[in-house]
Amino acid sequence: MSAVLSVRGLKKSFGGIVAVDDVSFDVHPGEILGIIGPNGSGKSTLFNCVLGQLSPSGGSVELDGREVTGMRPCDLNRLGVSRTFQLLQVFPELSVRENLILAGQEHRGNMLSRLFGRRDAGLGAEADRMIELFRLGHLAHQKAAGLSYGQQKLLDAAMAFMAGPRLVLLDEPAGGVNPTMLVSLRERLKALNTEQRATFVVIEHNMEFVMALCTRIVVLAEGRIIAEGEPEAVRNDPNVVRAYLGH
Amino acid sequence: MSRHRGAIGWGALAAACVFLLVAPFLFRPYGVFILATWAVMTIAAIGLNLTLGYAGQISLAQAAFVGIGSYITAYLTTRGWPFWPTYVLGGVSCFAVGWLLGYPALRVQHHYLAFVTLAFNTVIYLVFRNEEWLTGGIYGITNVPRPSVLGFSVAKPIPFYYFCLAHLALVSAATWWLLRSPWGRAFIALRENPIRALSLGVDTRRYTLIAFALGAGLGGISGTLYAPLVQFIDPTPFALGLSLNLLLMVVVGGSGYFFGPFLGAVVAVLLPEWTRFAQNYYLMGYAVLVMLLMVFCPSGLFGFADRLLSASTTRSPAEDGTPAQEAAR
Repeated sequence: MSAVLSVRGLKKSFGGIVAVDDVSFDVHPGEILGIIGPNGSGKSTLFNCVLGQLSPSGGSVELDGREVTGMRPCDLNRLGVSRTFQLLQVFPELSVRENLILAGQEHRGNMLSRLFGRRDAGLGAEADRMIELFRLGHLAHQKAAGLSYGQQKLLDAAMAFMAGPRLVLLDEPAGGVNPTMLVSLRERLKALNTEQRATFVVIEHNMEFVMALCTRIVVLAEGRIIAEGEPEAVRNDPNVVRAYLGH
Repeated sequence: MSRHRGAIGWGALAAACVFLLVAPFLFRPYGVFILATWAVMTIAAIGLNLTLGYAGQISLAQAAFVGIGSYITAYLTTRGWPFWPTYVLGGVSCFAVGWLLGYPALRVQHHYLAFVTLAFNTVIYLVFRNEEWLTGGIYGITNVPRPSVLGFSVAKPIPFYYFCLAHLALVSAATWWLLRSPWGRAFIALRENPIRALSLGVDTRRYTLIAFALGAGLGGISGTLYAPLVQFIDPTPFALGLSLNLLLMVVVGGSGYFFGPFLGAVVAVLLPEWTRFAQNYYLMGYAVLVMLLMVFCPSGLFGFADRLLSASTTRSPAEDGTPAQEAAR
């Protein structure tokens, strides 16, 4: 099966510090790949290089066999790659529904049709479906600023799925979310994976969450891959235990 | 309760429209002239509100665009051109120049961008003042004619006031339409979180340039009306002072509020006239009033009213942010 995302020899250095060092991995259709590692292991930098937020110092990124290294995030998004950030990134002055419509509107039509066409860019029904899926119905018309942290986190994740993405990269989706909301978030992500065959890459610190959600895990330490495999195998890998607990 | 807020808003809007329609019959010609100035400056402030209030890009160059529009109309109409082609040319030229001025905004932000646009305003002002062969220099251009609409002259004060008011209504309707379209949503996204917007496919580079160009275009439209309004133009009104005044209109009215510039222009254009009874102290009194406004209403008059109405009403979360409330913004 050909890979949706193929990362080859990716490097990123900031002056003398090498944050990502020769990282290669593939993501296959329908897969949920977890990327874990101690703080400062280069996970978010890796994400930012893959998604065009940072220019890699070396290596390549391919999407469905097409080279997309260094492509602008908005162009990459229009090719079907979506993401969430480590810190919350919703638009506080827009309502929940407007946030969702915004997340999909640039995938519809062109600049002129977005000016003269429908106000919801024809995404009203899809936004409502996403609101229902993420159980935000009672908050649909409330400004995102008025939502609790957990609700904003759900909205943030829902936005990433608005345009029917080919690949979604989630940066610490469970960070700061209470246990009840966490179960809800995991269920929603599982449902999207099963029903829509959505492919995910997830960076996460919450081991329980990542072990229950992911089908395969890549472990980073000091910018390099130190282990890769199924959750159970990775959990018992001595290199991983050493990286997390020290010598 | 949001219905209650909506009713207050629509009631205030209707009262303001009625006032604007009957106002020329309540004032002397100077009062009508001031009201027409308010309408013209509001158009420029609406443009700046689009650039700054909605898209979050600071500009201290709006006076330059008002000036470019004014000089295009003044120069051409005094050489026999009819008004309407100069009107289109003024708007389109400023749109194009505004687009170019947007490029620095792709590299610098906030106070750095303020200085870039400030420098641009200064350059344009110096062109107006020094290029005497084109602009008449400090002597300016005199006897700018007022236009005709469908064969009817609007040269007299009251018809010209209605002419300016009609333009304000058209510009307001067009801006309202634009801000309700996905473009408006993209502008807000650009202001609130450009990095997230970019990751959602919003081409922030293109929207930044559009925001600058549209704001500048409206500045130009305002200028094409300003020239026949005052009928004599020289470089002085288009110096940095007007840019700061237009910024004041947007901020005092409520940056990012649709009706903010209307109220801001009342403060900047009409309030100094109303405080004239204080004679020599009127400008000082006006400055103190503006300072108090900024201290007690940092989010502008509309922000203050919004806060006041929110505080006086107990709303359930489900009621908050209904389309009626969003429409007021």
